Amino acid sequence: MLQHYLPILVLLGLVLGFAVVNIIISDLLGGHRRARGKAEAYECGMKPVGTARIRLSIHFYLVAVLFILFDVESIFLILWAVGAKSFTQAGVGLFVFTEIVLFVGLLVLALAYAWRKGGLDWDR
Amino acid sequence: MNDLLILLIKASVIYGGLLGTAALMTLAERKFSAWMQYRIGPNRVGPFGLLQPLADGVKFIFKEEVVPDGANPWLFRMAPMMAAVPAMLTVAVVPFAGGDIVLFGQNFGQLSITDLDIGVLFMLAIGGLGVYGVILGGWSSNSKYSLLGGLRASAQMISYELSLILVVLSIVAMSGTLDLRGIVAEQTGTWLLLPAWNVFQQPLAFVLFVIATFAETNRHPFDFAECEPELVGGFHTEYSSMKFALFFLGEYCAMVVMACLTTVLFLGGPEVPYWADAPWFLQLVAFMVKAGIFLFLFIWVRWTLPRFRFDQLMHLGWKVFLPLALANLFLTGLLVSF
Repeated sequence: MLQHYLPILVLLGLVLGFAVVNIIISDLLGGHRRARGKAEAYECGMKPVGTARIRLSIHFYLVAVLFILFDVESIFLILWAVGAKSFTQAGVGLFVFTEIVLFVGLLVLALAYAWRKGGLDWDR
Repeated sequence: MNDLLILLIKASVIYGGLLGTAALMTLAERKFSAWMQYRIGPNRVGPFGLLQPLADGVKFIFKEEVVPDGANPWLFRMAPMMAAVPAMLTVAVVPFAGGDIVLFGQNFGQLSITDLDIGVLFMLAIGGLGVYGVILGGWSSNSKYSLLGGLRASAQMISYELSLILVVLSIVAMSGTLDLRGIVAEQTGTWLLLPAWNVFQQPLAFVLFVIATFAETNRHPFDFAECEPELVGGFHTEYSSMKFALFFLGEYCAMVVMACLTTVLFLGGPEVPYWADAPWFLQLVAFMVKAGIFLFLFIWVRWTLPRFRFDQLMHLGWKVFLPLALANLFLTGLLVSF
């Protein structure tokens, strides 16, 4: 079983090697010349104003929370989706399907609530 | 020959093929855009400009690395790798052709680096890691444009990942397996005289999936990570030299892999229509043609459609795609469960 993952390790070695070697080579071969203002953050030629570590809009946080909610749901859905056919063959297809619909239905209700409350409106 | 050597050869060939395709895509992008805009495009380096990607690569290597003041130096260097590596790693499970390959009296096994029984899960899980590189690159640059670009990209990627997963799940429910070769095997034969491909059996899922891949790979019309009129270069504003090239390469590799995944999930993978046991090289050609169609679509759309607005994108993702994907999954489940 685990030997199926060995090729992935080999590929990971190739890919990481490619990335690291490229960065090191260009660091060695590329020029290095400091000049005043060169290492300033780019702001269309102006001197940078204020800090770049600004506070973020709450929208991003909301999206992240909703994503986690549905991502966890999708983990359970994967298990059902893989087994759906064999459930049907075992004669419990509709029973299991009803259960998963109830489960997802609860989360859809949550989504509908967030929608209704305007949590999905970006330009609010 | 021992197994490890065969494995190394296969991994190098497939990885080299991926990098080569990604490099050719950068050229194709410029060529097609030029033709669509009544220009000639790169034609100086090599025949038809075919060596242009190589020249670009050499130029990238000799460019200066600039690390901006106030940037977090280690994260700043790590981010391009973290963006590129997952995109390149997902190619490991793509089945490029069925049937054993026998060359020079040596059996190389089937044409894929490995066959996992959780192939789909592997692609989604590893592919989803790419967002870390984007958001870290944006944050560590200490530039406002980069930060906004990185944030937008991550918000967009996680929004569309949901629809992507749900759409893939309806395919998985129909096939009853997460194994990519199993999904391909489910699509052999004919269905109402058409090949039994999922694109015909699941048309809504297909449309949703293709559009979601555009958002997932940060491609036009959803390329808010870059969005050059608003954010200069987006999350890679401050990047130069090979670090920028790695972001770029990662993006193109992600496109190639997504095209491969679309082919496997919806177009029967390497299957030659109406000829289930075609020899492996014909299957490989069939696979490349099918994936090539999607790669061309990526370019075609980019130079044809205008860009969305960010709130439109989020609206589309949460209020249109997610309900549609859920409804599609519901119908599929109903169909499978009876």
